[in-house]
Amino acid sequence: MSFWRDPINFIIEWAKGLLASIGWGPGWATTVGFVIGAFVLAAGAMFFVVFLIWYERKLIGRLQDRFGPNRLGPWGLFQPLADMLKIFTKELITPNGVDWVAYNLAPILSVAAVLMMWAVTPFSKTFFGVNISVGILFLIAVGGLGEVGIILAGWGSNNKYALVGALRAVAQLISYEVPFVISALVPVMLTGSMSLVDIVEAQTPWYIVVAPAAALIFFIASVAETGRAPFDLAEAESEIVAGYNVEYSGLKFGMFFVGEFLHAFTASFIFVTVFLGGWRGPGADQIPVLGLVYFFIKTFIVYFALILFRGTNPRFRIDQMMELNWKVLTPLSLVVIMVIALVDRLFVGAADWQRTIILLVANLVILVVAERLIRRGVKTTRPEVGSRERPIASPDNLFIQPGSGAKG
Amino acid sequence: MSGLQVVFLIVAVVTLFSGVMVVASRKMMHSALWLIMTLLGVAILFATLQAGFFAIVQVLVYIGAISILIIFTLMLTRRVMDEETTQVIKGWWLPALMAVILFGLLAGLLATWEDFQGMLNELPADVENLAAFGTALVNPAGYVIPFEVASILLLAALVGAIYIAMERKEKAE
Amino acid sequence: MIPLSWYLIAAAALFCIGLFGVLSRKNAVSILMSVELMLNAVNINLVAFWHYHTQLQGTSQIAPQVFVAMVFIVAAAEVAVGLALIISAYRRRETPVVDEMTLLKG
Repeated sequence: MSFWRDPINFIIEWAKGLLASIGWGPGWATTVGFVIGAFVLAAGAMFFVVFLIWYERKLIGRLQDRFGPNRLGPWGLFQPLADMLKIFTKELITPNGVDWVAYNLAPILSVAAVLMMWAVTPFSKTFFGVNISVGILFLIAVGGLGEVGIILAGWGSNNKYALVGALRAVAQLISYEVPFVISALVPVMLTGSMSLVDIVEAQTPWYIVVAPAAALIFFIASVAETGRAPFDLAEAESEIVAGYNVEYSGLKFGMFFVGEFLHAFTASFIFVTVFLGGWRGPGADQIPVLGLVYFFIKTFIVYFALILFRGTNPRFRIDQMMELNWKVLTPLSLVVIMVIALVDRLFVGAADWQRTIILLVANLVILVVAERLIRRGVKTTRPEVGSRERPIASPDNLFIQPGSGAKG
Repeated sequence: MSGLQVVFLIVAVVTLFSGVMVVASRKMMHSALWLIMTLLGVAILFATLQAGFFAIVQVLVYIGAISILIIFTLMLTRRVMDEETTQVIKGWWLPALMAVILFGLLAGLLATWEDFQGMLNELPADVENLAAFGTALVNPAGYVIPFEVASILLLAALVGAIYIAMERKEKAE
Repeated sequence: MIPLSWYLIAAAALFCIGLFGVLSRKNAVSILMSVELMLNAVNINLVAFWHYHTQLQGTSQIAPQVFVAMVFIVAAAEVAVGLALIISAYRRRETPVVDEMTLLKG
């Protein structure tokens, strides 16, 4: 195994050899490897968030016709670091009347639940934490732990806004788990395995081509699971101040913040794993490190879509959110899974490309019919509200912004 | 004593202690949190039995759904939740005595069984044949009727729960 | 390499704790939680026997797995209906305490 093809496994093998040479058995070496790997992955994820925050703030800034962070470092890249320092040095205030255990456990749970999802995701052909046979179930189960974290925060804070936020969050997360799970069953059904490694390996072509309807439902449900706009009812600033995290300050608030960004990123790479072929791409089978690159490129594309989704949609009202779930997504996902099962069974003898086309057509028909049915339910078409032309901020040079202090 | 036995003992002690706290806590919310701890412990016990699938399903169904529903209900019935008064009935020693006697009887009965001291050896890694399990659930010669009955039970429970918990406005006026 | 007896004893203890909870707690939600403890104890037993019989027979035994799955399903259904009943009763009587639900006492 050469270094350039698969650097991560090369280092792991080298470290194992090192441990073996000083007289440690293979069992101990594996245990130590897992511990170090978990630590590195978790620490890496936490530092990665710093970059994610910058990326998201910059993009949201562009969407909202402003620059975003641009003062510190090139293109404002060090702004999140400064924010991080600020959050570290803030006083940790524990309000009177909180439930101590629940109040302190909640931020830890909300980050840990997300980090646990990294353990089963295959980042490349040879690089994954563990390959358990029920990977998708694990992802969903761990998502449930995050919900527990939010509830604990809302209840433990002893604050009515926090409690309302937590109640909303529970209602939303439990409801959206239904279409999430059902649409995740489609790839499982097409693969015949619940292991994420197997699902990625079986994706010729990607499942988004085979089952676009399921992919759409999965995407919407996973946005709702992350609790970001337009599904950010749990922390609607303008209605219930900030929802479940209103009583938190300093590092504990930072944990929620990090957990939310990390969850959004994790949701996008789960979408990539399940529907966009994970690490698959030209040459990734031979050179595993290429798979890692493809994986992150795809993830960032999905993450970009997620931010666009966030930046361009207004927040749902709570009844609209519930209606979207129970009257649209859940029935639609049930129809999708039944149709795909039937069609897949009917054309069991056909060649792969024929089945792909048939499934694609079936999915598109479902989507068109669903769209028509939803249109009939819409009561009125609102008149177009025109706005006058206004100038758009467009710097001459994208990379050097006025007053940014950046030299290059 | 092997490593697995140590793991088992620690997990079992934690699980049983949390179980005691579920029935002994004064604050309802704390007892719900201890319940989550117990359920997690049971999931780990499943994992030590090499039933990985059921360990995950335990977390998914019990922690992800059931305990969250319980906490949700606790939030909706908030009046009594904050009470610091005792949560058990006056003559609580009688159930305690019954529980202890039942435990003694169970342990005594189990001890008379000849396989009681049997060892659980490590099984091959892929022993939990999920494909066979799934096929048996939908096989007419297997368990398709219990499976369908269970589905109908779930559906009935869903409809029933919604109907019972629905607020009927006309009666309130 | 864990003796079967350990699992059985642990499950029996958990069952008895649940039984105590069902008989002694006042709050209906608490009683439901204790029932969950009892169901979990049963599940530990079932999974332990699954392991034991799989080890004896050499192939994975289906029947215990089906039983465990049934226990999960029944537990989910029971909790959904039970909590709905509690919420409904709370709306009418303003209390989740079982002792105070005395409508039929006259």
